[in-house]
Amino acid sequence: MSTLQNLEKGQVVAEATFTLGRDTLVRYAGASGDFNPIHYRDDVAASVGLPGVLAHGMLTMGFAVQPVVDWLGADGYVSDYQVRFTRPVVVDPAEGASVTVTATVGAVNDDGTARIDLKVVVGEQTVLGKSQAVVSPWPGA
Amino acid sequence: MPANPDSAVNPEIQGRTYPATEPYLVGREKVREFARAVLATSPLSLDPAAAQAAGFADVIAPPTFPVVVQEHSLAQLLADPEARIDFSRVVHGDQRFSYSRPIVAGDELTATLTVTSVKSLGGNSMVTAESAIVDASGAHVVTAISTLVVRGED
Repeated sequence: MSTLQNLEKGQVVAEATFTLGRDTLVRYAGASGDFNPIHYRDDVAASVGLPGVLAHGMLTMGFAVQPVVDWLGADGYVSDYQVRFTRPVVVDPAEGASVTVTATVGAVNDDGTARIDLKVVVGEQTVLGKSQAVVSPWPGA
Repeated sequence: MPANPDSAVNPEIQGRTYPATEPYLVGREKVREFARAVLATSPLSLDPAAAQAAGFADVIAPPTFPVVVQEHSLAQLLADPEARIDFSRVVHGDQRFSYSRPIVAGDELTATLTVTSVKSLGGNSMVTAESAIVDASGAHVVTAISTLVVRGED
């Protein structure tokens, strides 16, 4: 039976914690082509008044949806995904950073799609706001 | 209002559309590299055989992969002297991807960016840009929408 059937609003479909190190940021810089030095140089981050080297917002957006992708498996895809970058994720050179994602069904739609709301936090602080993924059956399926 | 109005983003770029970017060929290894970089574990993005078993020609790109293609269109906007966007003052505010179908390795994609909104808010400018990304046949694949916050002069 498809993952997308019999969903209920409020149901938690996935949870995961991601550990980021500086190597995670360097790898994302290379894969995405975003070489802004605030994502790997402490001196540059400090010179523009940041509390430390930050994770790319698009990296956080990128991994935050992965628990939904894994939950869906081959039953469909993320057809719409939006976030607001509300708070930067500071990545300590030694300790890194830990980001926790909780994915909850926000709405079940008549067309067979569902909206999954993502809570994305570092400790108690939300780092992505209005973070929503619409999951759909494959087009033409 | 900023002290110097000439330092603000030009509101007249609202509605402006830039030329389509050069075709971007989505490579299998690029999809896998990007998937690993966003900590993906889905076999649909990492294993061609798993993607083929699900009915696709090759690996499927992760949801945020279009940023790589969108980037080429955003570069046009940032390089437009008439837009007056100082990149050192840009903060990424919001991001959205709206798909018609998933991106599959082998797709050849082009992006066409339109500035849909320029607003002034408390000395900052908010610029919303939509990049419509289509395949080689011209069919819509995904639209990438960014809102950039451009901080005013200190």
